[in-house]
Amino acid sequence: MSNENEDQAGLLQPEALIRAVKEASAAIEAADGLDELAAAKSACLGDKAPVSLARRAIGSIPGKERGEAGRNVNAARQQITAVYEARKATLEAAEARRILSEETVDVTARTPRRRAGARHPINVQMDRIADLFVAMGYAIGEGPEVELEWFNFDALNIHPDHPARTMMDTFHVADGDGGFGSGMVLRTHTSTVQIHTMLTQEPPIYTVAPGRVYRTDELDATHSPVFHQTEGLVVDKGITMADLKGTLDHFAKSVFGPDARTRLRPSYFPFTEPSAEVDVWFSAHKDGARWIEWGGCGMVNPRVLRACGIDPDVYSGFAFGMGVERALMLRHGITDLRDIIDGDVRFPAGLRVEE
Amino acid sequence: MRIPVSWLSEYAALPEDLTTEALDAALVDAGLEVEAVDDLRERVAGPLVVGRVAAIEELTEFKKPIRHCQVEVGEDEPRSIICGARNFAEGDLVAVALPGAVLPGGFAIGSRKTYGRLSDGMICSARELGVSDEHEGIMVLPEGVVGADARPAVGLDDVVFELAVTPDMGYCFSVRGIAREVAHRLGAAFTDPAGKAAEPKTTAESPYPLRVETEGCTRFTLRAVRGVDANAEAPAWMARRLAQAGMRPIGLAVDVTNYLMLELGHPLHAFDLDRLDGDLVVRRAAAGEKLTTLDGVERALDAEDMVICDDSGPLSLAGVMGGASSEVGPATRDVLIEAAHWDSVAIARTARRHRLSSEASKRYERGVDSSLSLIAAQRAADLLVEYGGGTLAEEVADVDHRRPAAAIVLPVDLPSRTVGVDYDRETVTAMLEAAGCAVESGESEHGEILTVTPAAWRPDLTDPADLVEEVARLHGYAHIPSSIPRAVAGTGLTSRQRRRRRVARALADNGFIETYTFPFVSRERADELGLDEKDPQRDAVAVLNPLDDSAPLLRTTVLASLVGAVKTNLARGTRDLAVFEEGLVFRPAEGWTELDAVELPVSRRPGDEAIATAIRRLPVQPRHLAAIMCGAAVDAGIEGPGRQVDWADAIEAAEIVAEAAGVRLATAQGEAAPWHPGRCAELRVGEEVVGHAGELHPEVCDALGLPRRTAAMELDLTAIPVPDPAPAPVVSHYPATLIDVAVVVAEAVPAGAVEAALREGAGELLDGLRLFDLYRDAKLGEDRKSLAFKMELRAADRTLTSEEAVAVRDAAVAVAAERFGASIRV
Repeated sequence: MSNENEDQAGLLQPEALIRAVKEASAAIEAADGLDELAAAKSACLGDKAPVSLARRAIGSIPGKERGEAGRNVNAARQQITAVYEARKATLEAAEARRILSEETVDVTARTPRRRAGARHPINVQMDRIADLFVAMGYAIGEGPEVELEWFNFDALNIHPDHPARTMMDTFHVADGDGGFGSGMVLRTHTSTVQIHTMLTQEPPIYTVAPGRVYRTDELDATHSPVFHQTEGLVVDKGITMADLKGTLDHFAKSVFGPDARTRLRPSYFPFTEPSAEVDVWFSAHKDGARWIEWGGCGMVNPRVLRACGIDPDVYSGFAFGMGVERALMLRHGITDLRDIIDGDVRFPAGLRVEE
Repeated sequence: MRIPVSWLSEYAALPEDLTTEALDAALVDAGLEVEAVDDLRERVAGPLVVGRVAAIEELTEFKKPIRHCQVEVGEDEPRSIICGARNFAEGDLVAVALPGAVLPGGFAIGSRKTYGRLSDGMICSARELGVSDEHEGIMVLPEGVVGADARPAVGLDDVVFELAVTPDMGYCFSVRGIAREVAHRLGAAFTDPAGKAAEPKTTAESPYPLRVETEGCTRFTLRAVRGVDANAEAPAWMARRLAQAGMRPIGLAVDVTNYLMLELGHPLHAFDLDRLDGDLVVRRAAAGEKLTTLDGVERALDAEDMVICDDSGPLSLAGVMGGASSEVGPATRDVLIEAAHWDSVAIARTARRHRLSSEASKRYERGVDSSLSLIAAQRAADLLVEYGGGTLAEEVADVDHRRPAAAIVLPVDLPSRTVGVDYDRETVTAMLEAAGCAVESGESEHGEILTVTPAAWRPDLTDPADLVEEVARLHGYAHIPSSIPRAVAGTGLTSRQRRRRRVARALADNGFIETYTFPFVSRERADELGLDEKDPQRDAVAVLNPLDDSAPLLRTTVLASLVGAVKTNLARGTRDLAVFEEGLVFRPAEGWTELDAVELPVSRRPGDEAIATAIRRLPVQPRHLAAIMCGAAVDAGIEGPGRQVDWADAIEAAEIVAEAAGVRLATAQGEAAPWHPGRCAELRVGEEVVGHAGELHPEVCDALGLPRRTAAMELDLTAIPVPDPAPAPVVSHYPATLIDVAVVVAEAVPAGAVEAALREGAGELLDGLRLFDLYRDAKLGEDRKSLAFKMELRAADRTLTSEEAVAVRDAAVAVAAERFGASIRV
């Protein structure tokens, strides 16, 4: 019994504690992996560990020595614990690195999980134009595509025998017996929307009508029986052709870039008087900067105002109309109109137009 | 209108140093669009000289007779040239292209051996030089200096402008009109070609007995020239101008009338006097009367057509085209010249009715100077006498029903007010006078006015606005400044317009590609889509004059045309597709054929009721959106075999639209063409059916050449309401209690109906409900299925206990049990 007590008391010898710390530190440092560290912890700090046995031995020594012996044992134990914690942090960090390393993938080996969609550039283009005019305070007008001839022609000062009628070769709707005389056509321009607007609204009118129109042109690289137009109409007091010119300049800059400007050439449209063709200076043309034909415009013919119940002695107005396809072709160097309209998904997918 | 600069310069004193570009700009500024500039000087490159045929050796040993010529070209020795033509003699002057020259079409001339002789150049025909279509023999030149450049002699020293003339500038279908415009633009002197002849006095006797019986004939004049040389040809200068203008020389009488039409803008007609039989009568045709026009077409006439007749019947379609029976030809000795003026509307109608747009009708439709008729006839007679011999008969017939042009009152400041340029009275007056108007100054109660009487060649000037345009145009559009009007305060896009964009954007963001198709579909498309005989979608609007006769109908659904785009892509090898289109569809208005067409006025605003009645006949044109998907929905890849498109993708597409539109879409089992009868969802917003989605019927896929299992949806956007502002949701701050429930129902009970029953039974505490398993097993019993749902329960004010959750679940199942005999599966 006494031998055993002496042995245990021996553990309290400073040399023994120093040795215990040294051996425990070596064992902990030698642990390679968290499992080994757990085993080392158990050996060096567990119940059977020398420092644990030493603590228990404190009871067997004289009372006046116990205080110092206890402090020595605690110090030894703290040293071992510190070594353990440091080793544990090191091994945990290594383990975390190992897991991350194992989880590494080839980020370039991937099959896309979603498909890219796209809006059609023509519609985007029309939206952009609408946005510009909305920013200027205009409303966006809409109307039917099958129209009464009165809206498409007569109200626009294009009477049945007018030579200008042939300028717009027209799809006619068959009457009930499949013959001529329904009085309905596929609209040849979105000017029809102007008539609807003027019939239902009092001036001042500031409106733009983007939309689909129809003419009996065979489909080729530059013509299509179905195409899109943006037409504008302003009716207010004191409106002049200078206002038209300024509006077109602003419009041109938004479509063709900041250095675009317009030129008016005398022309003829039954619904405007004076009438003009609009050319635009397009500096980014693929064959070099040049004037290009853009659309038609003019001061609303007083006859048109009268047919819509607007007094031409009080109000004046301007109107303009531009093809959407043409501007898109010019801006993006598209040489064949059919690429825009044949429905191939690669066209909208490939031609991104800023929305 | 093709106009050579040399002809133009005869009447407009063009500056010596005027470049082609400057003339081009002047024409454009005047409102004459330059379609092409044809520089004849560039037609033949290299040496083209005048030669004299010194000797001809006839070679007869070949299949056709060949001439071996010695041609003097101003060199020491004549050149040896082989020629196949025979219309020339020794001593004639000809045009010779020497080696090094390149003729039109890239035909290079060289020195070469042919027919056993040296050919050291080429004697040219008009066609070979690109002068005209004439290829019956080579060009024999009337005069020239041997060895000199032959271009002036053959008419290749000119520049020809090809102009597009707008309908209001009919007078510019003439050298006279264009010269007037160019002279004004360049500040050069203008000489009126009408001044080349004085208007003769009408005589008591007519050159030929004549009656004018229709008021559509405004003026009818006649002159006769007798004893013309039947074989006379137009002089070279006239033939050249005609060729440059794009007309073929035919014979003196016709060439003269064409020449004067080009120069003065006044059509003329020449009759063979000896072929007339009885009095000339100008009248409306009897319906069904026949006339064979000069183009060889026999035409059945309409009672509105105006004709010139003799006892044999109609000779000529007035103002449009002459007839074959009285045509002048090589045997003509006596020529009767008609210079008439016709009602432009009547001519336009006749030309349209007979689909016959002639040089004459084009001009009469747009307005011809009626004051020129007798002058034009006189000039024609003078030219016939000068170049064809013959004697001008003294008689002059002039049936004149012209009315003086009405004066237009123009406030002096109207041009300034309209155009935004400050034109003073002098400028306005000067510009109107430049347009040929007579202008008188005056005052009215509203201020200074001008009383303006347009010239006879400007029948298009009828309104003050027309005069405003003339002032602006002749003063120059380049002077118009740039300003921007201050618009009224706007309200931006409408809700529906914003929604359209959102919907399209949402589909694009979800992998759909927007496209658009022409709305024209075939009659067979309805069969291909499997539409029932009585399906209202068969009732379509027909186009009378479709470009493609096989597609005469307007679509009643977007799908009907959108399938075309899918086929195009499939044909080009794109197999996995998700496309959409938004656009109008067309359905005839109910009973529209029974509704009377309302004549709406243009001189004033039609009444609201008249407009409403007129519009009632228009087809109903709602805006639809359709999407079609086929092939892989998810691509096969390193993560797995992917997934093919199925019916549910179509419903999801509709839900993307509904979500973007801010509405909730209810789905129910549906049945509609062109969908698979068992895989079609009817889509509702509230009570209204707004569309269908699902898998296309396999027979439809086969008929249209689409892969089986192609899925599609179509929504009527017009029918989907814009939702009212919704009250804010109550967001519970307490965690959800989750509980699963599986119920067993008969196979025929739709999952959606079970879901609705559970939702109803669960009441307010239900925060989410989702089908997560569909299970069939023999143990469940014949024709039964298990549907498993995840329920998410929440109260606004507390965390629910599990007892409360079970109570909610049981209440939900109770409703399903009552409705469908559903039992809870444990």
